[in-house]
Amino acid sequence: MKPPKFKYLRPETIDDALAVLKQHGNDAYVLAGGQSLMPTLNLRLAEPMVLIDISRLESLRGLKEEGDQIKIGAAVSHAEVAASPLVNKHLPLVTGAMPYVAHRAVRNRGTIGGSLSHADPAAELPACAVAMGATLTLCSASGHRDVPASEFFQGVMSTARQEDELLTHIHFPASAANEVWGFNELSRRHGDFAIVGVAARGLRQNDILSDLRLVVFGCEERPVVSAAAADLAKNREITQDQIKQIAGAVSEEINPMSDLNGTPETKRRQAQALVQRTLSAMMEPSTS
Amino acid sequence: MIEFQDITLTVNGSVVSRRVEARQNLVDFLRLEMGLTGSHVGCEQGICGACTVRVNGSVVRGCLMLAVQADGAEVETIEGLADSGAIDDLIAAFVERNALQCGFCTPGFLLTATELLALEQSLSRQQIREELSGNLCRCTGYHAIIDAVEAVSKERNGGSADDDRG
Repeated sequence: MKPPKFKYLRPETIDDALAVLKQHGNDAYVLAGGQSLMPTLNLRLAEPMVLIDISRLESLRGLKEEGDQIKIGAAVSHAEVAASPLVNKHLPLVTGAMPYVAHRAVRNRGTIGGSLSHADPAAELPACAVAMGATLTLCSASGHRDVPASEFFQGVMSTARQEDELLTHIHFPASAANEVWGFNELSRRHGDFAIVGVAARGLRQNDILSDLRLVVFGCEERPVVSAAAADLAKNREITQDQIKQIAGAVSEEINPMSDLNGTPETKRRQAQALVQRTLSAMMEPSTS
Repeated sequence: MIEFQDITLTVNGSVVSRRVEARQNLVDFLRLEMGLTGSHVGCEQGICGACTVRVNGSVVRGCLMLAVQADGAEVETIEGLADSGAIDDLIAAFVERNALQCGFCTPGFLLTATELLALEQSLSRQQIREELSGNLCRCTGYHAIIDAVEAVSKERNGGSADDDRG
């Protein structure tokens, strides 16, 4: 189908964007790359009165190092993130997840801020942001606030963003020298939304793993760090038996949604296999 | 009330100015306003890739971008790309290997493959298969399309087109 009628605004500055956002509130949708919003409009799942196009705002672009953090503007495209040597060096989990984000034509337009704000449970970047402990900055006409990724995602396509707020940039902690990461995803077709996915990072010293932050996504309402995995991997030597134990504990801990892709029980087993695969790769002897 | 916007953009090398409905997507603009019907409209939700066009040198879904968002941009369609002669080898490989039947998906495949061939030195079948998985073809079963792209990749990188298929 075709999108519904709406008023199109393209503010020239961030202050103008925040002013019109405040003025229109919930009647307005923010348009960046449009790779999630446009299908929603074409399917008439949303009929906003106003679209506020922020894709050309210079202050939402750019990608840079700030101390031990990497700051990425909300309107930076997936393609830019995927091609960035800075991201590849300091946020290898994000670079590793990028090939799973849709297809090239979508990555050329889609933005990191758009994916995080849309908060689709099957999307890759929200899971990475939570696993890595990223911080999201929300701006409104009356100020700004920083929200940890773990608090930003609240449910299916539901976030901590208020109706007059705009996600302007994201800070990711740069990975440590002994950091290991893993990313895996099960989908019907390469580039499709995940049925079940796993994003994980931890600190590794020989065969000892610590500070494991593992997120199962796609089958739950929002990305959450697995408490069971963190607990079982706390400063312990990780053998294949331990990996199996962690995978089993994670599969019992999650609460998968039932949908066309399968029952909760099916997804528990899929998650278990993916966690096992991901951790095995992270603890491979060759990387020590 | 219908909302209109004035836009000026370059389409296949020519500067055009038009008044468009704000809700009109780029592929409808190209087909209906510009008469460029080589880009096709399939699913209108970003799945099938039939509407693929190039905006500022990168492939995009024509159904997932508003025409008004292309204001100031350089847009290329299959008509412009084919006329430029830049992908004569790719088109010939598609014909030679029967990589199309009804042709509905073909412009999208050619544009996606063009970007892929420009990015990578030498492509494995697995890479080609993954990269082209964002374009749907209901006729060929994909093997012939992958054969064609692989052949061009090899030819452009100085190899023989016929070895190591399967």
